[in-house]
Amino acid sequence: MKYAPQKPSNWCQKPLLLVIFLSLTPALLLAQEVSDHQYSSEAIQAGLAIYSRECALCHGPQGDLVSGINLRLGQFRNASSDEDLRQVISNGAAQGQMPAFNFGDQELSGLIAYIRAGFDPDGVAVRIGDPERGKALFEGKGECASCHRVNGEGPRTAPDLSSIGILRTPTNLQLNLIDPAAALLPINRPVRLVTRNEETIVGRRLNEDTYTVQLIDSQERLRSLLKSELVTYELSERPSKQSTNLTNDEVADVVGYLLTLRGME
Amino acid sequence: MKTSLNSLLLLLVTCLTLTAQAQVPFERILNAADEPQNWLTYNGGYMSQRFSLLDQINADNVSDLELKWVLQNQVFGAWQSSPLIVDGVMYLTERPNSVMAVDAITGRVFWKYRHVNDERALVCCGANNRGVAILGDTVFMGTLDAHLIALDRVNGELLWKQEVGDVARAYSVTMAPLVVKDKVIVGVGGGEFGIRGYVAAYEADTGELAWKTYTIPGPGEPGHDSWEGDDWEHGGAPVWITGSYDPELNQTYWGVGNPGPDWNAGQRPGDNLYSDSVLALDADTGELEWYFQFTPNDAYDYDSVQVPLLADIEWQGEARKVMLWANRNGYFYVLDRTDGEFLLGEPYVSVNWSSGLDENGRPIPTPQPEGMPTFPGNQGGTNWYPPSFSPRTGLFYFSAWEDYATIYRAEESEYVPGRAFLGGGFSVLAPAPGAPTIGIGRTNPINNWTNEVGFGSLKAMDPQTGEAVWEYNQFDVSDSGMLTTVSDLLITGGREGYFHVLDARDGELLYYKNLGGQIVMAPVTFMVDGIQYVSIISGNSLFTFALKD
Repeated sequence: MKYAPQKPSNWCQKPLLLVIFLSLTPALLLAQEVSDHQYSSEAIQAGLAIYSRECALCHGPQGDLVSGINLRLGQFRNASSDEDLRQVISNGAAQGQMPAFNFGDQELSGLIAYIRAGFDPDGVAVRIGDPERGKALFEGKGECASCHRVNGEGPRTAPDLSSIGILRTPTNLQLNLIDPAAALLPINRPVRLVTRNEETIVGRRLNEDTYTVQLIDSQERLRSLLKSELVTYELSERPSKQSTNLTNDEVADVVGYLLTLRGME
Repeated sequence: MKTSLNSLLLLLVTCLTLTAQAQVPFERILNAADEPQNWLTYNGGYMSQRFSLLDQINADNVSDLELKWVLQNQVFGAWQSSPLIVDGVMYLTERPNSVMAVDAITGRVFWKYRHVNDERALVCCGANNRGVAILGDTVFMGTLDAHLIALDRVNGELLWKQEVGDVARAYSVTMAPLVVKDKVIVGVGGGEFGIRGYVAAYEADTGELAWKTYTIPGPGEPGHDSWEGDDWEHGGAPVWITGSYDPELNQTYWGVGNPGPDWNAGQRPGDNLYSDSVLALDADTGELEWYFQFTPNDAYDYDSVQVPLLADIEWQGEARKVMLWANRNGYFYVLDRTDGEFLLGEPYVSVNWSSGLDENGRPIPTPQPEGMPTFPGNQGGTNWYPPSFSPRTGLFYFSAWEDYATIYRAEESEYVPGRAFLGGGFSVLAPAPGAPTIGIGRTNPINNWTNEVGFGSLKAMDPQTGEAVWEYNQFDVSDSGMLTTVSDLLITGGREGYFHVLDARDGELLYYKNLGGQIVMAPVTFMVDGIQYVSIISGNSLFTFALKD
């Protein structure tokens, strides 16, 4: 048997440039595009001061002293969105065990920023909105549900998001909406193949090796192809979706919704 | 009655005759090339070329290969063992430290010895064992709890057991031992735990220590001044891959691993001899004859624990005894093994930690700014996977990782005996935030990091020029070793689980088969009853092929 596989080196050159570019300049890229979706580092620093003074006595330096709550890891009894946290802090909760605090708007933002940054003063605090509104945006204006499947509903052509809330960080989910090409995992790249029989197959890559490629095609069929049988094999560096045109608040809501998708736990 | 007595006498005489003849005297290993049907030492011979004179399988009939038998591992995890084959019996280890004697024709097991490790045994990167050595009627294995054990090759009974290092200080033995004359030689692992490495030789018949040579010179010894303060006491420099032997020079050669702590070179100023070096040791005394350091003051974990491959070739017009070495640091080297003279050094993958080598082979350092990627990455341009050299093609074959980079982070580490001593950490350069990256080994059947994080390139290196004559790329990286044959086959594999046979001359693919699990050791070939076999471990199984009946 004589067999001539396609050499990966040809495919590697372009992605590699992208790899280096993205990896070397994340701060530059993100600073301009993401800032509106995140709390500032000044807010996080301010939150640290307030937390130490007002909250640490009961919640502890790591935010885990109250049963059922881990502020640093984002585990709350009932709250989910940033607005929920504002309500709890301002109105109190648990029959007065959590007292009501009379903070100004900036102080509240700082505290939430510090919590969302995972208690890391140098961290990134992603704004997390209302999951109910986020769900409506996901299914409606955001057009996410036209490609993504959640809990058994929707198409399978894009990755199933039923467990995405435990698979991705808020930062990563947000980047996926704002700059999908930068967040796309390489294995999920869209592919376009043409076989020797002149069949054109468009789909999403599931797996690949030296001699074969596995994908789900646009009709949701699982396909496995020998590379030696292909006359064209194109991988796209961009996902099929564009950067979102949702507003900053809406992005925060969608991120809030995605974080509630935690599979069959 | 009389007949019975005669039979008994005959049996007695037979027993005496057989026991008087040790099966594998040193001379057989020395002349291993005279019996290509066997595989008598880790790398197939003292030159470590993994080149076989068997030619029954060749380019014309390789497509007639068929599976003859499978041996399933009982323990999950990377199976890095390289079997020996002696007169139809295969001796093979299974992690963590079992030895099996297996019928090489059927794959059925004669005996199995299980060594139970001390629960304090500690290794950085998996409970690996890479095989046994044999001498006379004894099979030798190093253990994770840093012992050397000797077994009766016939029945697998323990003959002796010797402590090689202190398990409480994270010394271990993962390599297959090297037998030279009447001694069994091993090195110790533990480079991530602040050991002080060494190579030690034991009397094969008793287990008594014959010599021990530290890979970090002590006070008063030459090279000690390449360390400051007490850094040398826990400076790493492990030896965890089997060495080679030149009987004419009576030198054994050993690749030495990284200095510790791994990633904080600033914490251990100096060249840190003999970390990341090759040592030439007198086989009888262990005395250091020469050394060559590949990566002084290493900050990247560029262990030089590759196989020292020996070749007697005409090098640039002159007959020379050379050593060929594709180093983890991304450079390919040719050394004169009589005295360690640097002859050639060229990068074989992207290298940015150094801008080149000076006339003595010393790298010119170009450390990257903090947060920037270093090429090659932490697992190196290549690693411990055995290479091969074919005297027919004159080419050196090895697995390289292309387009693979690491971002290092150095931090101050305190040495605590028996604890990890790393000096920071690293991350692998990934195409998207949070994307999966290459690690040690692969347990997922899906290559979710893809070739964007790195891909495998089998290189056929010309030692005359330091340039690859051809390359065979794989979508995933490969930890597979190499086997070449006199029929110009190159037999290898990769993490994807493919077993491939290429034409050693031009890299043309002649045969491939999906075996389904990562291939993280070199195949071996042997012959029994006139049939040539090829054995290769993929995933948790050892597959043995031969031509169709």
